[in-house]
Amino acid sequence: MLAFLVQRISQALLVMFVISVIAFAIQDGLGDPLQEMVGMSVSQEEREALREELGLNDSIVVQYLRFAGKAIQGDLGNSYFYGKPTLEVISEHLPATLELVIGASLIIMLLSVPIGVYAAIRPQALLAKFFMGVSTVGISIPVFLTAIVLIQIYSIGITVEWFPADTGWGQWLNGALSTEGGLPSYGRGDDLTHLFGTWYSGFFSESGLLHLILPCVSLASIMLPLFIRLIRAEMMEVLQSDYIRYARAKGLSAMRINFLHALKNTMLPVITVGGVQIGVMVAYTILTETVFQWPGVGLMFLEAITRSDIPLIVAYLMVVGLIFVVTNTLVDLVYGLVNPTVKLTGKKA
Amino acid sequence: MKKLLAALVGTMALATAPVALSAEATKELKMAYDADPVTLDIHEQLSGGILQLSHMTFDPLVRWTKDLGFEARLAESWERVDDKTMRFKLREGVKFHSGNELTTKDVKFTYDRLKESQDFKAIFKPFSGINIIDDYTFELVTSEPFPLLLNTATYIFPMDSKFYSGETADGKKKDAILKHGNSFASDNLSGTGPYVVTSRQQGVRMEFERFADYWDEESPGNVKKIVMTPIKENNTRVSALLSGGVDFIAPVPPTDLDRIKRDKDSDLVTMSGTRIILFHMNQERVEAFKNPKVRQAVAYAINQEGIASKIMKGFATPAAQLSPAGYQGHNESLKPRYDVEKARQLMKEAGYEDGFTITMMAPNNRYVNDDKIAQAAAAMLARINIKVDLKTLPKAQYWPEYDDRSADMMLIGWHADTEDSANFYEFLTFCTDADSGAGQYNAGNYCNPEIDALVETANVETDLDKRAAMLQDVEKRLYDDAAFVPLHWQDLAWASKKNVKIEPILNVMNFPYLGDLVVE
Repeated sequence: MLAFLVQRISQALLVMFVISVIAFAIQDGLGDPLQEMVGMSVSQEEREALREELGLNDSIVVQYLRFAGKAIQGDLGNSYFYGKPTLEVISEHLPATLELVIGASLIIMLLSVPIGVYAAIRPQALLAKFFMGVSTVGISIPVFLTAIVLIQIYSIGITVEWFPADTGWGQWLNGALSTEGGLPSYGRGDDLTHLFGTWYSGFFSESGLLHLILPCVSLASIMLPLFIRLIRAEMMEVLQSDYIRYARAKGLSAMRINFLHALKNTMLPVITVGGVQIGVMVAYTILTETVFQWPGVGLMFLEAITRSDIPLIVAYLMVVGLIFVVTNTLVDLVYGLVNPTVKLTGKKA
Repeated sequence: MKKLLAALVGTMALATAPVALSAEATKELKMAYDADPVTLDIHEQLSGGILQLSHMTFDPLVRWTKDLGFEARLAESWERVDDKTMRFKLREGVKFHSGNELTTKDVKFTYDRLKESQDFKAIFKPFSGINIIDDYTFELVTSEPFPLLLNTATYIFPMDSKFYSGETADGKKKDAILKHGNSFASDNLSGTGPYVVTSRQQGVRMEFERFADYWDEESPGNVKKIVMTPIKENNTRVSALLSGGVDFIAPVPPTDLDRIKRDKDSDLVTMSGTRIILFHMNQERVEAFKNPKVRQAVAYAINQEGIASKIMKGFATPAAQLSPAGYQGHNESLKPRYDVEKARQLMKEAGYEDGFTITMMAPNNRYVNDDKIAQAAAAMLARINIKVDLKTLPKAQYWPEYDDRSADMMLIGWHADTEDSANFYEFLTFCTDADSGAGQYNAGNYCNPEIDALVETANVETDLDKRAAMLQDVEKRLYDDAAFVPLHWQDLAWASKKNVKIEPILNVMNFPYLGDLVVE
């Protein structure tokens, strides 16, 4: 176990090093940060002085070494735009993103397991076919389109007037298809609860929860179909295996077979994929946060790019890299707990 | 006597206050802009966002009216002493948010700070000093006769000298202007304006509350609280208004104008703006552009009206010059020229009938539809046999290229900080001079010393009618010479809920006077 951790930590350091080098290498292509910091009519001289002050005139190697020296002491530099240490800026924005990911993950877990299992046990049922059909469509719709449609239907509301309003059935159909709207379409709302440090949570107030609904559903919409299909396929395979047949032959109840014996083995690959997908989801939060003006790290990162806020871009990449490494390590550990027969790398057989 | 009267009025106001308060207590405005001010230090950056903040939390000496005239604010009155001196009388009894009273000491402090500020010092270059006469009288002195003194005075938002002087607990000077990193002034604010900043989370939200001791009691403004959220994404901003999440948004993207017009609960306000969009033709890179006939041919080949109506969806005013209507240099007689036959003939006369190939660059996220405008222009030039190799870039990458003048034709938009025509010429058409900063954005390398001299003369002419005639002459000469290709002035658009009466408080400079906003 210890050897495994040591190996993982050294891997993580290597990953961080590579990320920082790449982030530094591309900074020339990110544009001139001064353009965002000064007005158009500022003279060349003033610009030059500021550039010197910021150390932008040094060669990239010198800049990198300066950055790396400070980074080892836990200082990732100051954001040009926020004028604060980048880690502080990121820690202020991170809770919003994490809550978005937690909300979306909850939706995925609560829906994908029952639907996936049901579709595996009753593959021929009409409802199962409906779910599979919808999930095929779901996979192919980009997240920002889902988000815009959700906003139109549930925030702004739609009025349908396709059917004659002078008949009872027409009125009923129009009413049934129209929506009131009213759900918040941007931001996290006014009523956030302070938990600790920089963490202000939206989970403990009505306004906060309402603001979470649309962004979480949009984000979940990317992964949900994938998980339903994955659970269904795995479960179907497990149900064909010998030990399930044996259990059936032994006369165990269908409930016990399906949910205790089969589901446990189904979840193993799902956990692995899930771990990797959490990383992917962090990437998708950039799109979701842009559409919903969600004040998380995704939106912060995108704006840092348009402002060429190089220190913040580098710090964000490093933090996200760290999150990837940590989640993957945790997934491996959990995997080992769920299925003790799996050997962790580095552990003696 | 005056004091007694004031005291009487004061007690009467107090007696009626509770009634007024209960009626107005609920007026809260939620607004969404595409960006928030980068700092609370109004001298740190010269940008639209900062000027909007300045008008909310500070007040200028004088401010622009809707028709580009001047209106007294903290300066009660002003008069010219001589060609180089203007005397101002300050309003008495004005309080800062900190409770300090406004005097000329604060004006002097602000003036000195403006002279230090990297972004503002260029605007205040003509000023040579400030004379303090007494607590409420001061004079602004320029080194040369300066016609734009009042224009410049709109940038003087007196700051609370007591509040911004001294050192912070950790020994930093409170009046320091820092472009990056935290300064006292970038986090703390005390102005004389209608709103006090009560909370601020950069990039997320800002909250303002109406200043209880605001001097302007005649202002009809009745908004007690403002919550401002920056929403960069166009669609999200419009959705926020349509879904009732916010009461006031700006800017409205051209693609959503109809959608808001159709919405029965919203009001749309549009007006022609003052930001000119144009192409420079680089004479140093392309031999042909040295020939005025070729430049004219390009100007004739490009269809400004077409771009304004098709690409900008009618949300732009086609231009044939730099100065928008209302500016001194605006020359009524200049009309957009579009005539492909004429353009072909000019090319033939210049000996370029078979055309040539050029490179073109434009940003793709700076101005409204900037990349599409460039594509259209490239297609139009193909008709007179000029082949265009077009490249569009995000603004962060575009500006370094622009500074290097690295393409034959480059797109730029410009708004005159002084709301005056001369500013256009100085930056966009003057012969480039790295030392003085003249022609800093003249990516066409156009150079006509005669025109430059004429502008210089106009800049020291305090007879405004004479000056206007000179500037209009400049526009005409630039037009005849086809020094650049003007495209259009970008229009402005705001939208609000029906009960939010934004129309009276909006202006072409795009800093709404929110202190005067009435919500029904």
